[in-house]
Amino acid sequence: MTERREIRIEVPVLARVEGEGALSIEARDGRIERLELRIYEPPRLFEKLLEGRGYDEVPDAVARICGICPVAYQMSAVAALEQAMGIEIDDWVSRMRRVFYCGEWIQSHALHIHLLAAPDFLGYGNVVELAQAYPELVRRGLRLQALGNDLIRLFGGRSVHPVGARVGGFHRAPSPAAVAELRLRLDAACADTDALLDWALALPVPDADQDFVSVALRHPHGYPMAGGRIVSDRRLDIGAEAFEAHFHELQVPHSTALHALHHGEPYMVGPLARLNLNHDRLPAALRDRLHAAGLRLPSRNPFHSLIARAAEITFAIGEAARLLADYVEPASAGTVVAPRAGLGFGATEAPRGLLWHRYELDDMGHVRSARIVPPTSQNQARIEADLRQSLERLGLEQPDEVLRLRGEQVIRSYDPCISCATHFLRLDMRRA
Amino acid sequence: MNDDPARTDEPGRRPRMAVHKFSSCDGCQLALLNAGDALLRLAERVELVHFAEAGPVDPEAAVDIALIEGSVSTAEDRARIVRIRAHSRFLVTLGACATAGGIQALRNFTDGDEWLSSVYARPEYISSLANVSPIRDHVHVDLELWGCPVSGHQVLTAIGSLLAGAPPAVPDESLCLECKRQQAVCVMVTRGAPCLGPVTRTGCGALCPRFGRDCYGCYGPAEHPNTQALGRRFAGLGLVDEAIARRFHFINSQAPVFLEAGQRRRGNHDD
Ligand code: SF4
Ligand code: SF4
Repeated sequence: MTERREIRIEVPVLARVEGEGALSIEARDGRIERLELRIYEPPRLFEKLLEGRGYDEVPDAVARICGICPVAYQMSAVAALEQAMGIEIDDWVSRMRRVFYCGEWIQSHALHIHLLAAPDFLGYGNVVELAQAYPELVRRGLRLQALGNDLIRLFGGRSVHPVGARVGGFHRAPSPAAVAELRLRLDAACADTDALLDWALALPVPDADQDFVSVALRHPHGYPMAGGRIVSDRRLDIGAEAFEAHFHELQVPHSTALHALHHGEPYMVGPLARLNLNHDRLPAALRDRLHAAGLRLPSRNPFHSLIARAAEITFAIGEAARLLADYVEPASAGTVVAPRAGLGFGATEAPRGLLWHRYELDDMGHVRSARIVPPTSQNQARIEADLRQSLERLGLEQPDEVLRLRGEQVIRSYDPCISCATHFLRLDMRRA
Repeated sequence: MNDDPARTDEPGRRPRMAVHKFSSCDGCQLALLNAGDALLRLAERVELVHFAEAGPVDPEAAVDIALIEGSVSTAEDRARIVRIRAHSRFLVTLGACATAGGIQALRNFTDGDEWLSSVYARPEYISSLANVSPIRDHVHVDLELWGCPVSGHQVLTAIGSLLAGAPPAVPDESLCLECKRQQAVCVMVTRGAPCLGPVTRTGCGALCPRFGRDCYGCYGPAEHPNTQALGRRFAGLGLVDEAIARRFHFINSQAPVFLEAGQRRRGNHDD
C-alpha cells in the first residue's frame, strides 16, 4: 500500500534573507520525494546598486546587506578592493582588522547561541521565557554579546554598520586608554567562556551523522578569518580568484536566495566547517578541551555547530586579547589610496561562513561590476540535503509536531539568516 | 491612529508590542536585540506578542505599539502593512528603510526589470514592485525614528514616552550642532571632506566626524537643510555633479529633500 503524505512546514520568519520562508515536503512510503526550503526575501539587488559607486562608498553600502554581520561584508569588500587597486596594507591594519572581526564573531555567535538556539535545546519558546528559568545562562550570553559589540565599537563607533573601516585601513586608530579598558574586559571574560564551553559540550545533541563536504578558508598560521586559501575536505585548495571556477550559483524556482553548488554538490560553510578543517590551528588548550570532552573532529554531526560557535567565541576572545596585548597607537591608521582600474577578490569567514566578493573597478576607482556570494546561499542546498536525511532518519510517520521541531532545529543549527526567527514553524500537513 | 483594537488602560493588562520586518538588513531590530538587560526589562513591562527574531510570532495580534523595520517592495508587503495598521494603536517606523525606503530604494532610479534579469536567470520567478517605498507611502505613521541603524537609546526612549502617554521628542537639528557639542574637529573645514553633516539630522552622536571622516547622511535630512548651498560647497571641493548626486542619493535617497537635491545635480541645473 502506498501512503503519500504531503507535509508543509510554514516558516513565517523574519530575517535578512527573507520576509517569509517555508519548507514543503512531499513524501511517499517513508521517503521524501520532494523537499523545498523556500526563501522569499524581496531581492535587494546590492550587486547592481554598487555599480557606478566609488570604491570608498562600498564599505558603507555593503554593511547594509546584513545588520548582524556588517563587519564581514566590509572586510571581504576592502580585501577585494585593495587587491583591485594594488594596495598593500600594513601589519598593524591587518592585525586590528582581525580584532574588529573577532568582535563580530563574539557578538553574532553569542546572539545565536543564547537568544536563538538555547531556548530550542532547552525547550523554551523564546529567550524571555528562558531568562526566567536560567537567568545566569542568559545574562552570560548578553555579557558576551555586549563585549563583542564593544569590540566592534572600538574600531567602528557602533556595532551595526560601523563607520571606522575604509579601504587601506581605518579612519582612526583607537586610543590606548580605550584599548586598555577593553583588554581588562577580555581577560575577565574567561570565566564566562569557560562556563559557556562546559555548557555547550554537555548539551545532548541528536545523533545525526551525515556525509557532507566542508568548505572554509585555511591560512598558513592561525585559525581562519580573513585571507588564506579556500579548501575543502575533498582536496580543494584554491585562491579566492578561482572561486567561480569551482562554485556555481543557480536560481531555483522556489527561492529568491540563489543556491551555490560545489562541483554540482551541496556543501557546508560556517563554524563547523571551519572547525573541521582548521582544528589543528586552535590554541592547544582549547583543542585539548574539546578532545577531553569527547568531541571528535572532523565532526559529521551538523548539530555540533553550536559547540563550534562556543569554541569560536572562546578562541576570538583569546585572540583579541593577544592581538591587543602590546597595543601602541600607530602614526597612521592606514595606507593612502590611489584609485586605479583593476579586478579584485576578497574572501573572509563571516560568522555564518565563507563570504566571497569580486569587484571590477575603472581607473577612477568606480565599481564596474560586483559579485557577492553570501554564506546563506552557499548553505541553502546543504540545509535541504540535511533536512531530507534528518527527517527520514527520524521517521516520516512521526507526528507533525516532532517533525516540525526537528526541522526547526536543523535549519537553526546552520544559522542561515532565516534561522534568526525560526522559533515558530507552522506545520500544515496534507495527505494525498 | 486607531484607537479601538487594543487598549493600554484595561486594568491589569500589560501593553502589547510587536516588531515587524519588511525589506531590510535586520540592523534596526538589533537596537533591541543588542540592548541586553534593557530588553529583558522591556519584556517585563510590555507583552511582546510578535518579534520573530526574538521568539514570539503572532503577526495578526492587536497591539498598542507596532515597530516597523524595512521598506515595502512587494505587493504582499503592501497588503501586510495595511493589515498591521488596522490592528495597531501606535505605528512607529524604525530606521531609514521604513522611514525613507533605505538603501534598496536606489533601484527606483533604474530600470528594475533590467536589474532583476541581470541577477536572476529567471526573473519571472521573482515578484517585486517596480519601486521600493517607505511605510508612510502606504499607511498613516504615528512616529518616525530615523537612522541606519536607529540606536537602542532612541528606540527605548520613544517606547518609554509612548507608554507614559507623552509625545516622544524626536530631534531634527543638524549634525553640525552635535559636532560642536562633542568638540569634534570639522572634517570639511580642516580636510576638505564632503561632509553631509550640515544637512543631516542629529542622533548618532556625530560618529563619523569623531572618527575623522565625512558624514554620509545615514540619519536623513535635518530640519530646514540648505542642500543647494552644501551642493555648491561640494562642487568647490572638487566633486563633479554625479558625485554630489550620489552623496544625496544613498541611504536615504527617497527622503524628499535628499531626493530633490540629488536630482537637481543630475539634471545639471546649477543655481
Ligand atoms: S535602516 Fe539601515 S540598519 Fe535599519 S534595517 Fe534598514 S539598512 Fe538595516
Ligand atoms: S555622522 Fe552621519 S553618516 Fe555617520 S553615523 Fe552620524 S548620521 Fe550616520
